[in-house]
Amino acid sequence: MTAEVVGAILIAVLTLYAILAGADFGGGLWDLLAGGDRRGRAPRTLIDETITPVWEANHVWLIFALVVFWSAFPTAFAAVMTAAALPLWLAILGIVLRGAGFAFRKEVEGLHWERLLGAVFALSSLLTPFFMGTVVGAVAAGKVALDAQRTTLATWTSPTSLLIGGLFVAVCGYLAAVFLVGEAIRRDDDRHERYFRRRAALASAAAGALSLAALAELHHSNHQLYHGLTGRALALVLLAGACGLAVLALLALGRSRGLRPLSALGVAAVVWGWGVAQYPTLLPGTGLTLANGSAPHATLIALIVVFAAAVLLVGPSFLLLFWLHGRRLLESEHSSHDPERVGWR
Amino acid sequence: MASTLGFHIILACYGIAFPTIVLVAEYIGLKRSDEVAMTLARRWSQALGVLVAVGAVTGTVLSFEMGLLWPGLMRRYGPVIGLPFSVEGIFFFLEAIFTGIYLYGWRRLRGWAHFWSGIPVAVSGIFGAISVMAANSWMNQPGGFTLRAGRVVAVEPWAVFFNRAAIYEMPHMLLAAYMVAGFGVAAVYAVGFLRGRRDRYHRLGFAIPFVIAAALTPFQIFVGDTAARAIAADQPIKFAAMEYVTHTARGVPEYLGGVYSGGHVYVGVALPDLDSLLVGFSPHTKVIGLDSVAPVDRPPAPTLIHLSFNVMVGLAFLLLLAGLWALLVWRRHRALPAHRWFWWLAAACGPAALVAMECGWIVTEVGRQPWVVYKLLTTAQAATTNRGVIDSLSAVIVLYAVLGIATIAILRLLARHWRAGDEGESAVPYGPPSEHHSPLAGEGA
Ligand code: HDD
Ligand code: HEM
Ligand code: HEM
Repeated sequence: MTAEVVGAILIAVLTLYAILAGADFGGGLWDLLAGGDRRGRAPRTLIDETITPVWEANHVWLIFALVVFWSAFPTAFAAVMTAAALPLWLAILGIVLRGAGFAFRKEVEGLHWERLLGAVFALSSLLTPFFMGTVVGAVAAGKVALDAQRTTLATWTSPTSLLIGGLFVAVCGYLAAVFLVGEAIRRDDDRHERYFRRRAALASAAAGALSLAALAELHHSNHQLYHGLTGRALALVLLAGACGLAVLALLALGRSRGLRPLSALGVAAVVWGWGVAQYPTLLPGTGLTLANGSAPHATLIALIVVFAAAVLLVGPSFLLLFWLHGRRLLESEHSSHDPERVGWR
Repeated sequence: MASTLGFHIILACYGIAFPTIVLVAEYIGLKRSDEVAMTLARRWSQALGVLVAVGAVTGTVLSFEMGLLWPGLMRRYGPVIGLPFSVEGIFFFLEAIFTGIYLYGWRRLRGWAHFWSGIPVAVSGIFGAISVMAANSWMNQPGGFTLRAGRVVAVEPWAVFFNRAAIYEMPHMLLAAYMVAGFGVAAVYAVGFLRGRRDRYHRLGFAIPFVIAAALTPFQIFVGDTAARAIAADQPIKFAAMEYVTHTARGVPEYLGGVYSGGHVYVGVALPDLDSLLVGFSPHTKVIGLDSVAPVDRPPAPTLIHLSFNVMVGLAFLLLLAGLWALLVWRRHRALPAHRWFWWLAAACGPAALVAMECGWIVTEVGRQPWVVYKLLTTAQAATTNRGVIDSLSAVIVLYAVLGIATIAILRLLARHWRAGDEGESAVPYGPPSEHHSPLAGEGA
């Protein structure tokens, strides 16, 4: 039972990472696609101002997930880290470049540098989720062997992996665009509201198509998981689909209420659907389950306690951060919009 | 991994200690309505923003590398070493969140509200460091778990966290972080002083970090001495390599410098009996030598370990000297020393503290070899079987070199901005005229 709880914690942390960091990566994606300097300036500024104060905190979810994964399920962790080492190194490369590009581009002088670092930031926002997706795909397709000694291309370039890699990118773009629609509304910025509405609709259509394709592919690559998704986890899968359709409808109707929660719920439903469908298997195709692949009891208990403490300490802090951010009390020193518009209230 | 850590640890030092330094400046600024101190705090926190971002990125890379490079360590001891790292996660969260609030709150959060938003940053930096050091010291003195047939079957979290080496490693690293950041920031202003920038802005910018770092130096020497004695008892082979104890004996000499080769020490200065005296307060104390274990169980490079240890200790006394000098002059004249040599020394203290810290890590890590987990798991068993490791490592090293250069370049750019006085914001009127502003450059290096 403790292993189930820790497994749920891992899924919960991954859900938060998917939603928060997903929006973050997606911001980079839209930055990349925003066009030339002149045309792209305004949307880039909006993207920049909405993610700057929070990107670092969002990042920590990933670290937490990694630590929980290796502490609670060490054998599976070691296997994934060995078999899928290549895409993971590439994802790391993306993380480093992205962080550096993001941190530095504010400080550099001159359009050349700004442009270069901006491009680095944007491009790595695309690569990181893609490679992470291929790793998830490798696990889902049962390509990670327990006794893997080498990382091979075949592990993470199966159709399932590539589809899930693409899906990750599309979902990031979707989350970011939906988030930015809300941000534009908050600023009474009609032009960008429409701008990101269009992009949100496009991304959600792409994400929907890729999910269906991935599901169909799983029918061959991991029949058990496919059965789980269309059986035990069917309710969650349907929920995800319904959320996607509802968001599309709201976007088409020009409505904005419920847009963000619905899109987040849709993504959460997919992550949980995966977890439920796969339960109690840890690594498909290896016979490793929650029962035989978990750390000793005391470690699991300690992880649960740490997680509870984290929720108690970090939860309110996050709320404070988002609250301050929402009231626009946090902004970079070089912020472009009028400082007098919102004051202390 | 070693290079990643060697780089990350520099940023970690700033992540741990720089917030405190910034907060001290802000406190002075608020308490005494001191515009100069406020300006310092604001500018430092801009530099802190860059350093924290790079620290976060390198830290994320490390978390991956734990698995990518040492799947063997994780497979066997992940459930043990993961515990301190999970606690660390909480503090990184808090640090990241409040760093966001503090850095981006300068404009809209005013006065003490802003000051208090920085306190959690400083506190969580300290606790985060304590957690990581729990992991590292556990590798030196593993305990708190039961092994059956090569698998960890039971864990006692408290005993893991507060292992035998934690008692000295935690304070030693914390103090080191404050010294690296303190002397590092002070050195920037010492260089400015040597270049003739001697207004109050520069004096205060020097004094705040320098006083913090110098005041901690004696404690650091005390803790280091305690650590050395504990190691002589608990990790005798590491100690033998640190001190060139070739054979188990009484009346062992203390070597300064020297090269170790094939059981002999060349060139070094030997001070008779001193090592025995330091270990057990008596020249007759028996000290265990390298000959007590088979060559394969000895660390690979005693010369590197010994010289690193010498350098760390030597630099500690150099840093102590700088602090004492300033203290004596202050007691007599109530002013900073005017002598040029002092400012040269103070400028050297920045790199010196950094080098001492890196040397200490070489002593700890290389001295523990061939073990990753002392006497339980060798580095070879822990390492990944992937052939591409060397390639990935070199790629990461190149990337880090670029990142390091970029960090410094950015800090220099910031400094130039400040000197030109075009910070692009107007919320606080600045005290000193713009042409006197300092270069706050190079502490990342
Ligand atoms: C500013 C940096 C600094 C300074 C001035 C000193 N140290 Fe240090 N030392 C470190 C920074 C450091 C460190 C942070 O790099 C290490 C590496 C691991 C650790 O816990 O602290 C370290 C490790 C370390 C170790 C090995 C610990 C282990 O293997 O577990 C010993 C025995 C000492 N130190 C002893 C000393 C002595 C006797 C010093 C002065 C007389 C001294 N250190 C000054
Ligand atoms: C919590 C912190 C740390 C952990 C868990 C850790 C872990 C390890 C492990 C597992 C090894 C053996 C594998 C290898 O040789 O690559 C190692 C070696 C090494 N580490 Fe660390 N380390 C930590 C901190 C540091 C820091 C901060 C530095 C440097 C400043 C450092 C420098 C080194 C070096 C130089 C070696 C190579 C030893 C050799 O192979 O001869 N370590 N460390
Ligand atoms: C194997 C060793 C290590 C790992 C896996 C690791 C992991 C991390 C991670 C994931 C972060 C980013 C957190 C964030 O986003 O704010 C980070 C930052 C940090 N790490 Fe490490 N770390 C290691 C070694 C160390 C050591 C030896 C220390 C110091 C004792 C240390 C102290 C810090 C601090 C203080 C930060 C915050 C950085 C900043 O704010 O600039 N780390 N580390």
